[in-house]
Amino acid sequence: MARIEIKNVAKTFGAYQALHDINLTIEDQEFMVLLGASGCGKSTLLRIIAGLETATTGEVWIGGRRIDNLSPKDRGISMVFQNYAVFPHLSVFENIGFGLRMQKLPNDEVTRRVERTAGLMHIEQLLKRYSGELSGGQRQRVAVARALAMEPDVILMDEPLSNLDALLRMEMRAELKGVLAESKTTAIYVTHDQVEAMSMADRISVMHQGEIVQAASPIEVYRNPSAEFVAGFIGNPPMNFLPAKPADSGKWAVAGQMMDGPGGGSASLKFAIRPEDLRLADTGFKAVAKVVEPLGAHLLVTCEVDGQLFRAVLDSDLKVKPGEVLTLTPQPDRVRWFDPQTTLAVA
Amino acid sequence: MTDATASDVAPDTRATGRTLYIASVVFLCAWVIVPIYFLLINTLSSPETVNSFPKPFWPEFDLGSLTFFAGFAGMLTALKNSVIVAAMTMVMSIVIGAPAGYALSRFEFPGKGLFRLLILLTRAFPLPLLALPLAVMFIQTGLDDTAFGLALVHTTLAIPFAVLITFSLFSGIPMELEEAAWTLGCTRLTAFTKVVLPLILPGITASAIFAFVISWNEVFAAAVLTIENRTLTAFLLQNLDTSPLHLKFAGGFILVVPALIFIFAVRKYLFAMWGIANR
Repeated sequence: MARIEIKNVAKTFGAYQALHDINLTIEDQEFMVLLGASGCGKSTLLRIIAGLETATTGEVWIGGRRIDNLSPKDRGISMVFQNYAVFPHLSVFENIGFGLRMQKLPNDEVTRRVERTAGLMHIEQLLKRYSGELSGGQRQRVAVARALAMEPDVILMDEPLSNLDALLRMEMRAELKGVLAESKTTAIYVTHDQVEAMSMADRISVMHQGEIVQAASPIEVYRNPSAEFVAGFIGNPPMNFLPAKPADSGKWAVAGQMMDGPGGGSASLKFAIRPEDLRLADTGFKAVAKVVEPLGAHLLVTCEVDGQLFRAVLDSDLKVKPGEVLTLTPQPDRVRWFDPQTTLAVA
Repeated sequence: MTDATASDVAPDTRATGRTLYIASVVFLCAWVIVPIYFLLINTLSSPETVNSFPKPFWPEFDLGSLTFFAGFAGMLTALKNSVIVAAMTMVMSIVIGAPAGYALSRFEFPGKGLFRLLILLTRAFPLPLLALPLAVMFIQTGLDDTAFGLALVHTTLAIPFAVLITFSLFSGIPMELEEAAWTLGCTRLTAFTKVVLPLILPGITASAIFAFVISWNEVFAAAVLTIENRTLTAFLLQNLDTSPLHLKFAGGFILVVPALIFIFAVRKYLFAMWGIANR
């Protein structure tokens, strides 16, 4: 059982506060993705869990054991690094078996586990090679196999796919997800790639400026972002926002349209809708098309509504020319509202 | 060919460039090889030939001068002393210098920049300036006229290079490799011995050789601080001054050859030291 509890963890580098009071629980065998732009503190948090960085304050517990005062080797973790960190002076076999040899396991056990994990990652034929003779994708596989061979409670991954080309990344994404699900380890995966996060995670923690803004399932993060930052960060293209002024109770004026919205008498709100939740209709926002991008599967139209940037994803069969005025209506159950003061979602 | 077109010009300049290039290479090789060649010729010639002109192209393999040296009292002891002092210098400069290089490369500490500067500054004091106080101190502590005492001085001379070379070697090893080793069950020490050390061994060797050669070639401190246990350089300096020409050549030859052989043996590590890939 390897449930991870992060309690009030904070980290400062000199005057810079990299992490603010992080609290997060990751369930046994859960695949947790830490998602955020560079500099948001996600790697720092991962390195604190690994023991490569020391938290300024706070505690980390794995499987009911406090580990933040232990050295990395005693934490029951293994880690996959962004640049793979395959040891250049050892063969692939010795790389994968490195941790097992450190544990002084008998030779036949080392061989058995190296061959099994190499098989899992489809690199059995590379065992005699050296790092210099491997491609980036193969090194990546060695790094993952080396981490898996340890049979750790927790596997930590720091942007493991970001150095691979797009096609390989997609392939490895699916493969990693399968292998990790089978290994039944708890996994924490750091990435800035939201597609990776959405496709692999059981749960995503969206991080921003050293804080976890939202930790929820991928679909929840996508559909019900808890804050404006999440709404603007997740989704490609991201959510559209328009300012809303209160009209009657529960009615809001958005770009000249009356919308049903939350009651409660706020002075102003932000109306938010995903580009793919808009469709052409007889009534709705008047949008002036600026840029039309046919993307094959659909048509991405960047327009202007009430002087604001506004994107719509429309059917690719539609013929839209720049300068044309479109009438776009939002799908009512997909509309979200945010408080401009707190930037949090309003129900 | 007065009607040369533009296309003819390009090969011409390239040929000139190539000639110039070859000429420079020949010149540089000659710069190094010719003195050594003359040294060799004169060492292996009889005293009469050494003093005559022109020189023969092929040495006459007269081993008179060398045999004389081999039999010269104290010669072999001096050679032995040189090797002992150089070996001690090599070990001490690495044992002291490499940890400093590691610290400079891996840790952030106040005064790091100043420390790097100060290391180089140790070379700013000319040895003659230090020689007298050193000699006095060595006599007081009983270190005078010992191989260890001289090796200490040579280590001081070699350490700046050892620190800076190992600093760049360690900096060339990604931190991630060490971190990976830590997560795979290593302590800081075992990560160093199992991952970092094998990777920098060639560079360490080169830096050790460098220390060896510094000690081997050093003459001033050796001449001042030793009397009975002279190293080869100090011994030859003392004795060759008044010797005939052919013996001077032979003495120079004896001094140059071991250093040459040593550097030749480790040349691929020297390349590694200067950052040229050796794989």
